[in-house]
Amino acid sequence: MKLNVSISPHTRSRESTTTIMLDVIIALLPSVLVGVWVFGARAFAITMLSVTSCVASEYLYEKILKKPITIGDLSAVVTGLILAVNLYSTAPWWLPILGGAFAIIVVKMLYGGIGQNFMNPALAARCFLLLSFTRIMTDYPTVDGVSSATPLSLAKEGVYTPVSDMLLGTHSGTIGETSAVAIIIGAVYLCARGIIKPREPLSVILSTGVFVTLFSLIQGKPITLDFLMVHMLGGGMLLGAVFMASDYATTPVTPWGQVIFGCCVGFITALIRCVGGGVEGMSYAILISNLLTPFIEKLTMPRPFGVKKEKKEAAK
Amino acid sequence: MKENTPIERLYNGVIKENPTFVLMLGMCPTLAVTTSAINGVGMGLSTCAVLMMSNLIISLLRKFIPDRVRMPAYIVVVASFVTIVEMLMQAYVRSVYTALGLYIPLIVVNCIILGRAESYASKNKPLASFFDGLGMGLGFTLALTVIGAVRELLGAGEIFGFHIMPESFEPVSIMVMAPGAFFVLSILCALQNKLKAPSATNHGDKFCEGNCASCMDKTCHIMERSEDK
Repeated sequence: MKLNVSISPHTRSRESTTTIMLDVIIALLPSVLVGVWVFGARAFAITMLSVTSCVASEYLYEKILKKPITIGDLSAVVTGLILAVNLYSTAPWWLPILGGAFAIIVVKMLYGGIGQNFMNPALAARCFLLLSFTRIMTDYPTVDGVSSATPLSLAKEGVYTPVSDMLLGTHSGTIGETSAVAIIIGAVYLCARGIIKPREPLSVILSTGVFVTLFSLIQGKPITLDFLMVHMLGGGMLLGAVFMASDYATTPVTPWGQVIFGCCVGFITALIRCVGGGVEGMSYAILISNLLTPFIEKLTMPRPFGVKKEKKEAAK
Repeated sequence: MKENTPIERLYNGVIKENPTFVLMLGMCPTLAVTTSAINGVGMGLSTCAVLMMSNLIISLLRKFIPDRVRMPAYIVVVASFVTIVEMLMQAYVRSVYTALGLYIPLIVVNCIILGRAESYASKNKPLASFFDGLGMGLGFTLALTVIGAVRELLGAGEIFGFHIMPESFEPVSIMVMAPGAFFVLSILCALQNKLKAPSATNHGDKFCEGNCASCMDKTCHIMERSEDK
């Protein structure tokens, strides 16, 4: 009999970075497919360019700096997909390439690669593109030959998109954000596989609803069900809540920390949408909350069993 | 190279101890005003003028200024020259004066100027101090101009106001906003380190990374210098 002497852990699971990333890719596929169905082949081309750019940037960066090649863990593919579902299908060809390179090289690799980045690479790239090319990044595509604004920009003018349209995704928006059903399918898959916990997206969505209601009450605006549904289902809310506010590297690991993080995102989003002039606000909310992650983790650090709380008198 | 000669001081200020890329001093104007190459030149040259004159005067007065009140005394000297430079700029280069705005009076508290006064001019002869100020000022001007030119090129497709990029180039306007300043500064610093440009922190095959506290190398020129003080 062969006895193997090694340090813990002794029980290994088949789960690895690659399998987790593969699950996230599977969960993103419904949204991408609906995007291609609604916006046509151009959406597919944008997605491919974005993924290729991310993987190529990671490969070239590691090749040039003579570091181990890590594109096999598929995290660059996930970054590319998340960036792509955040872009409009009207984007010029160089936009996903530039965004992918920025996400991987500046936000991820310069900080040490996977798990070391303090901000969500895809979202940081989106904000980089949004600040640099505001006109291109807000150029809504047409759906069924009708040029229309996104549900959230319509809501600013008091027009609410029907819930059925938002569920199916037959309205204008970025490639992956239009169909709530597709995103929810992905979310259920991720929760069932244990990749994300339901509390992460739910705390974001519910707290946004609560804070939007609160701010609207203060401002004396009428609150209808349609209004709330647009804020909770329309725009990048679901996409951000499921795929970006649950990123392992940039969100807290403690259970209560994740809830607090979600509430932070909801609060900042509602602040930008109701008090500020912004239409979306979701990406900035997540990026700002990413910066708060270390503090939230410190605040919600679990106390080891048997360790008493340090009393303030002891310090004196 | 012989120490404290004018040429050595110029080399030291521009390359070896470049205030922006090596000493990391004066970050506030570096990040704030380098939205275009011309702003970089304006800020660099005005700082250079103040630096030369204040170094010269402080070096001349170094025997008269009591040690305990040296900081207020330096500030008075520096502030006088900043006021002169500000008035001259307001009179003759109005556009640069408007573009730089508050950052001209803020030259008074620029740490390059107080740093050189404290660490060099107060201990050395007037001529060497004057050239130390000139070298540091030119190094600062060079750094600001390069950062400004890169930001202007990417953020507006121009350098010194001349359109260079092809028509199809879409300006990356984040480069002329605050984040662009950090991107360009950090990437230029990284390049400077990677290419092993001759500086006080990159010296050939000695891999001490400028950490003099744990260094036992008696032949190291940085070590000798710090022992002199």
